[in-house]
Amino acid sequence: MNPASLAPEHPPSAPARAPSYLTAETGPKSWLFTHDHKRIALLYLGTVSFTLILGGVFALLLRLELLTPENTIMQAQTYDRLFTLHGVTMVWLFMIPSIPTVFGNFLLPLMLGAHDVALPRLNLLSWYVFVVGIAVTLIGMIAGGTDTGWTFYTPYSTTSPHEVIPVLAGVFIIGFSTIMTGVNFIVTIHTVRAQGLHWMRLPLFVWGIYGVSIIQILATPVLGITLALVCLESFLGTGIFDPLKGGDPVLFQHLFWFYSHPAVYIMVLPGMGVVSEVLPALCRRPPFNYKAIVYSTFGIAFVGFLAWGHHMFVAGQSTAANVMFGVATMGVAIFTAIKIFNWVGNMYQGQVVFNAVTAYALGFIFLMIFGGLTGVALGTVGLDAHWHDTYFVVAHFHFIMAGPTLLAFLAALHFWFPKMFGKTFSARWSLIGAATTFFGFFATFTPQFLLGNMGMPRRSYAYLPRFQWLHVASTMGASILAAGLLITLFTLIHALFFGERAPENPWDATGYEWACASPPPPHNFEVTPVITRGPYEWPVIPEEARRAT
Amino acid sequence: MAAGSTSQFFNTYMRKLLFLPRQGATYAAQVDHLHYFVLLTTLAVAAALTVTGLAFFVRYKQRVPGKRGTRAGQGLLLEVLFIGTPLSFFLLWLGMGIDVYLHIVSPPADAMQVYVTAKQWMWKFDYPDGPVAQGVLHVPVGRPVKLLMTSRDVIHSFYVPAFRAKRDVLPGRYTEYWFQATAPGHYDIFCAEYCGAGHSYMRGQVIALPPAQFHAWYAAHSRGRTAQDDANDPAVGNSLVAQGERVAANQGCLKCHSVDGSAHIGPTWLGLFGRREVMTDGTALIADAPYLTESMMAPAARIVRGYQPVMPSFQGRLAAPEVAALLEYIKSLHDLPLQVHPPEGPTYEPR
Repeated sequence: MNPASLAPEHPPSAPARAPSYLTAETGPKSWLFTHDHKRIALLYLGTVSFTLILGGVFALLLRLELLTPENTIMQAQTYDRLFTLHGVTMVWLFMIPSIPTVFGNFLLPLMLGAHDVALPRLNLLSWYVFVVGIAVTLIGMIAGGTDTGWTFYTPYSTTSPHEVIPVLAGVFIIGFSTIMTGVNFIVTIHTVRAQGLHWMRLPLFVWGIYGVSIIQILATPVLGITLALVCLESFLGTGIFDPLKGGDPVLFQHLFWFYSHPAVYIMVLPGMGVVSEVLPALCRRPPFNYKAIVYSTFGIAFVGFLAWGHHMFVAGQSTAANVMFGVATMGVAIFTAIKIFNWVGNMYQGQVVFNAVTAYALGFIFLMIFGGLTGVALGTVGLDAHWHDTYFVVAHFHFIMAGPTLLAFLAALHFWFPKMFGKTFSARWSLIGAATTFFGFFATFTPQFLLGNMGMPRRSYAYLPRFQWLHVASTMGASILAAGLLITLFTLIHALFFGERAPENPWDATGYEWACASPPPPHNFEVTPVITRGPYEWPVIPEEARRAT
Repeated sequence: MAAGSTSQFFNTYMRKLLFLPRQGATYAAQVDHLHYFVLLTTLAVAAALTVTGLAFFVRYKQRVPGKRGTRAGQGLLLEVLFIGTPLSFFLLWLGMGIDVYLHIVSPPADAMQVYVTAKQWMWKFDYPDGPVAQGVLHVPVGRPVKLLMTSRDVIHSFYVPAFRAKRDVLPGRYTEYWFQATAPGHYDIFCAEYCGAGHSYMRGQVIALPPAQFHAWYAAHSRGRTAQDDANDPAVGNSLVAQGERVAANQGCLKCHSVDGSAHIGPTWLGLFGRREVMTDGTALIADAPYLTESMMAPAARIVRGYQPVMPSFQGRLAAPEVAALLEYIKSLHDLPLQVHPPEGPTYEPR
């Protein structure tokens, strides 16, 4: 047999198996100083799981407070700090890093037929920088009592009676970690692809990571600059955003959203990559149109930079600017629509396997449809005048950004769990967890669309009694969501310790990452693979076996 | 006539289905009609996609393990359709939305002007050569009203859900907002831009009156009350307490300090003068005139335990006689019995 051909199954010589990356070395040092992309991915997995739980606890406390129109369990100032904590934690500590740092790190070299990322030491450094950033952000927020919301709007953030600078410094540090990871991934995709792996043979997940890395390195510096300017304003009174000194508070919003709108795609593009990757495997057929998914990824990555002004339709922006940003918003939405059509089409004439991963992927598509269409409705400018800064917007961005990122993260975690840990999880409990999570999410945020229609402003500690029953419904949904996530957590932890040994390729998938052992040995491939087919081509074994003989 | 009542019925039915408040401004119905159109087309598209997805899921669900699907689709024409269909819908919605938006942001030339000042956490309405009002904006029905808005501190947003429009209120700049009330009634004003601890209490009301009643109100309140007015007013006279009460209302003190003993963002003023207070650093003091004056000018210097340092400084905003009047007013709140005010706020329900 040609040793260089890419076999989808591990050769049956199981007894000679090399130790996996998990067992090859032991002890804390072997983890804390590792250069292995797979171990760094697990360090990230532990970190972002912690921040996800933390952000979730903040969310539950907020939902509890909102059960009644006035004081339920906390004062207004505590509430303001909690929604800041929830937003900052979920955006910068969970959603932005989650899928790229965990699954990008773990899978990129495997999918490229490489032994590691191009810059392994930078990879480890980015994790340390991330952890330092998290510590500075959280300690700064809790000790300083930051109450600005995650958007840090001036002049409130520069005149707030509470400390803002530590949080800004923390997010600034995390930004460096993001840039390092982005640079690393771009270099990796360009330089360490296996022989025969030309661009149009790249798995769709790799394209998603490539697109998101471009946004990360282009947009994150703008965030850094903006946060630094706010720090200078608070420290030295530079007056860049202060009208009394000739500055402009709206300038901050332009700078902030120039980063933060593309950041929405930093959060969802990796999730879109995950769904594009797992659907062909679970539908047992190639993607509906591979190139459409690839090109739309780049459409989102570039047009996404032009739509930031739709966050400021009522901020005093000129009508001409509003029209322009409205058009750009419709332009970027079309690329998401293309992806959705192609995902639905992926099931056509397939053999769809139903399990927790399929449930998460279909849930992702469903949320994208409704989140996307409510986004387009908000982009029509005229309707935004009513919905802007109400619960409608809160519901919309949870539907388009928070829910899909969470569901895609869980889809990826389940799909590649056997690859990462070599264990099998309970099919039944994982499906119960997925269904409960999806239903809880839907029940939490659907009432919030109606609250927005009624006119309830966001970030409100107290509200009028007529809004109460919808808040109660939303809080009930949040408890179901929390239950779903707990079921999922326990199912996976149980699988980790007591799960059966997983087969090498439990999903019968065609992706290159399944060509090495599960879990992989420290250097992934025993022999450097040569790619002779696309990532979704089937059947593989007979053809290649024929060629080999 | 029949068509008119049908569309009326449709409008009311859809509005209630979507939990929208009543249509208080002339353009509100226009916004709602766009809302219905976008929602119905959106739901049709979303339902079609969901049903197609479910149908594919059921039809192509794997029944024989190990079986693989066939490769189909991929048509370029199909992808063009995938782009063209939604894009034409998106642009249609956008075109209609911009049309509505232009209407919302273009006040008629003959609009009555009111100056709006927002600050943490109150709304102030100034009529040219007329009344000054706190929190309540009186307007005549059937006449366009243009608001010229600015902020004294951070960014706020003037939002009346029943009118279906909002606009940010910025420091150092004037923004416009206009509406024409369609029917007499009370409409809630909210602040839609987060502005600190009192954000959710920064509420107000638009009271739309029939023109005759509005003119009567305007005439009765058309004197902006100043310290000089107070001095000339026999009801107020030289009473520092009454002047202090006016200053407290005008400066927004009562947005955070209650005068009836109830808990709020700041300590209550009832019985405050001469009270022993424990500070955040554990020291105790008697709330006397020097301490209260310091609290107005440098509020963060010494904070009563249990409260947050959120109060802005009034240095330069209060004249010395005003400080004296405020102190007299606080002193006068010593032995008042607990007063229960009816809750301020919305009085209407969506019908």
